[in-house]
Amino acid sequence: MKLTDLTASMAAEKIKKREISVIELTKAYLERIDELNGTIGAYITVCAEQALRQAESVQKKLDSGEDILPLAGIPAGLKDNICTKDVKTTCASKMLDNFLPPYDATVTKKLSESDVIVLGKLNMDEFAMGSSNENSWYMPVKNPLDHERVPGGSSGGAAAAVASHMSCFALGSDTGGSIRQPASFCGVVGLKPTYGAVSRFGLIAFASSLDQIGPITKDVVDCAMVMNIIAGHDPLDSTSVDINYPDYTTFLNNDVKGLRIGLPKEYFGSGLHEEVKEKILDAVKAYESYGAIIEEVSLPFTEYAIPAYYIISSAEASSNLARYDGIKYGYRAKEYSDIIDLYKKTRSEGFGTEVKRRIMLGTYALSSGYYDAYYKKALKVRRLIFEDFQKAYQKVDVILGPTSPATAFKLGEKTANPLEMYLGDIYTVSVNIAGLCAISLSCGFDSKGLPIGMQLIGKPFDEGTLIRAAYTYESNTGKSGVTNCGI
Amino acid sequence: MKSIPGEMEESTVEYEVVVGLEIHAELATKSKIYCGCTTEFGGEPNTHCCPGCIGMPGTLPVLNKAVVDYAIKAGLATNCEISSFSRQDRKHYFYPDLAKAYQISQCDYPLCRNGYLDIEVDGEKKRIGITRIHIEEDAGKLIHDESGNGTYVDYNRSGVPLIEIVTEPDMRSSAEVKAFFEKLKAILEYTAVSDCKMQEGSLRADINLSVRPKGQKEFGVRTEMKNLNSIRAIVRAVEFEAKRQILELEYGGVIERETRRWDDVKGESYSMRTKEDATDYRYMPDPDLYPIYVDQAWIEQIRATIPELPDDRKKRFISEFGIPEYDASIITASKTLADFFEAAAKDSKNAKAISNWVMGDLMKKLNDTGLEPSDIPFTPGNLTKLVSLIDENVISGKIAKQVFDIMWDTGEDPADIVEKKGLKVVTDTEAIRSVIIKVITANPKSVEDYKSGKTKAMGFLIGQVMRETKGKADPQAVNRLLKEELDKI
Repeated sequence: MKLTDLTASMAAEKIKKREISVIELTKAYLERIDELNGTIGAYITVCAEQALRQAESVQKKLDSGEDILPLAGIPAGLKDNICTKDVKTTCASKMLDNFLPPYDATVTKKLSESDVIVLGKLNMDEFAMGSSNENSWYMPVKNPLDHERVPGGSSGGAAAAVASHMSCFALGSDTGGSIRQPASFCGVVGLKPTYGAVSRFGLIAFASSLDQIGPITKDVVDCAMVMNIIAGHDPLDSTSVDINYPDYTTFLNNDVKGLRIGLPKEYFGSGLHEEVKEKILDAVKAYESYGAIIEEVSLPFTEYAIPAYYIISSAEASSNLARYDGIKYGYRAKEYSDIIDLYKKTRSEGFGTEVKRRIMLGTYALSSGYYDAYYKKALKVRRLIFEDFQKAYQKVDVILGPTSPATAFKLGEKTANPLEMYLGDIYTVSVNIAGLCAISLSCGFDSKGLPIGMQLIGKPFDEGTLIRAAYTYESNTGKSGVTNCGI
Repeated sequence: MKSIPGEMEESTVEYEVVVGLEIHAELATKSKIYCGCTTEFGGEPNTHCCPGCIGMPGTLPVLNKAVVDYAIKAGLATNCEISSFSRQDRKHYFYPDLAKAYQISQCDYPLCRNGYLDIEVDGEKKRIGITRIHIEEDAGKLIHDESGNGTYVDYNRSGVPLIEIVTEPDMRSSAEVKAFFEKLKAILEYTAVSDCKMQEGSLRADINLSVRPKGQKEFGVRTEMKNLNSIRAIVRAVEFEAKRQILELEYGGVIERETRRWDDVKGESYSMRTKEDATDYRYMPDPDLYPIYVDQAWIEQIRATIPELPDDRKKRFISEFGIPEYDASIITASKTLADFFEAAAKDSKNAKAISNWVMGDLMKKLNDTGLEPSDIPFTPGNLTKLVSLIDENVISGKIAKQVFDIMWDTGEDPADIVEKKGLKVVTDTEAIRSVIIKVITANPKSVEDYKSGKTKAMGFLIGQVMRETKGKADPQAVNRLLKEELDKI
């Protein structure tokens, strides 16, 4: 077994027992990146020197007998929309190709305070807009399990890096499924925390009311451990919620007896790929056999989730991305005749097609005369979707369904039809719209050998129940983790 | 349309001017509205900035609670209702000084609404409605390179908290606008909500103005003039624009809905942009900030911190110091001036004289030098002393003017000045008498005139004595002694 095959919890254990050193583990990952990144394209920036320096200092701490934190010495990658002080943070955009943040995101700070080794910055769809990672200005990411296929998006680099063992875990961001869908396509575990559970400070905004940072890990144990580091109130983020956050590892119990699991009938209708449906229903049966109670629920406003999502997220994006004007940082067009020309050329040249499409869409939705018909209506739908879930949670504890209607598709397959690409987000966007938490974990493979993800959706701030349910499934089936993502 | 205004015949229509104001006041908080940076004026460009002030990606706004406190205070002091729920919205437009390409402001749900201020013009009282007061952030500013090589942006002001006070279109003359603006300024100063330094831009007004034939119900088409930064400019801009619009209508023209810029040097306004190319601000609730909820306890807590306001102070000055209403309104219009007066008057036996000095010489000095009451170079105690030097007949009123000038220039104690310069009234009868004898001897013609009943000659002789004594002789003594000496002849 290679060092890079180890999950974070296993590697941390070995580090503590002095069976392996932080330096050799870090080097193993850097070598793995050297070997694979050229093909997979998971990293935009690799911080080899910085990682090794950090590894040495953590090892020194260990050698001096200092108490170390649970994930000390574990190498990880960060999606390239999470700010890292003095390390290029590009959002996979030409616009920010030269951007060096003078500050760390709160999660970056928390990771470094936990002595996690930062290996580098992970590829993504430009400004996190996309579901295939083909919208990166640098290069598309390839699915480590089939190089002709996409890894999903927008945290495609993060999921691919974890699946191909180029990082032990990664942090992604999820605005409409951007952690869960790539986790599903790559056969790893991805959690989108409840809105407000993880600080957004230093996360380059796409849609502020939907964005959340979350972990992509090899297994559920690692997921709980990473959540212990990143969850918590942050005074720098006004939308961060000030409650007592639990020790998520206390939910790592192989026990779902009496847990009420809801199956939304709208999640199993037309559009869901047959093979995916089959495996999800197998997982349902498995849960039943572990003692869970299965019930059908209804989320009638599901069909409006996609249009509402694309209006709200694009409106917020058009606002959030207005600041990239070539004045203060980032790309500036080489030649321009006046200030308006500077704006036009900078933004035309600096943004990619999908980003421009969403800015146009969002600008339109916020325009005077259209605001009520689009943006305001979308906010009303948002409320109704939230109420759908509230009603469902009166009957059940978690909701189970597919993460994505199909498994990983081929590169270029959907780029010509953005709408078809958007429809793939059908099961994930509602969670962001309603501000809930959800986890995606692997529950088998289709006939092509591609992983299928199941999604468990929890009540706000009930990540614990998701972790317990996911851990139970994983413990009994061994579907996630080292067993299926080693290549 | 005729083109020469001079050719206009006497108009038969009487017009009425309708004015509403939008006033921006920088709040006197120590730190900015959404970060911890200082709000201090000036500083090297881009030194009062953090990544948030320049809109760096990933930064987030955190509302400074003091901003809400100050805005509530302004609202309470202007008789507004304080909203229990208010929201912060993004107002979008592209301009290099606007770091995020949107300004965080308040659109549909402002913090304060439905207030008013009572003003008085020529003895007539009038109530001016305040539609709303909302909080927002200021933008940076552009600096054009003097050599013409380029334009730079200074973001020091970016994120400085403002309140925008919007009035109803209730004002009907430049005098009413002036009275309202001065009243509002005084209240903002009294409550310490803003330092109101107009020359630093911390208080500025936009003027919305239209005209209509008197008696007409509907408003005319209005124009907007932005960023007026002195009371004089406001008054002149109102007068100019009213005249311009009336002339336009008189010559059969139409008023266009437009934004105009006031050129204070030329004393005229010119068109900046018409409404057609007006920006669509695409307001949306700021998703980075939750709504502001204000409960009654919070309001009461702020209410308790509101000091005596100009109207109450004016009444008190009249009753406590016995000064005329006119003086009291002028003095209380500026908090610092009122503070100065009160400090000087409370230890004086002659508050009316203090008031006269403030209203006269002091205000004149301030006007001539363009200084603010906070810049008065001597202490209130010095003015008290100056008045008592006069009242105790240590110096004459005329000499006091000289002493006042020296106080203004040096800030010295008046008693010291009098001592040093030897300005004391000469009350020594024998000394005065010897001067009188000298004057009488030197002016036999005048003495003769006096003796023959020409009383005018007495005045001349007094003048001569005063001149000999450099104005220091006690006039009463001079009068009495001169009569005595003349009678002896």
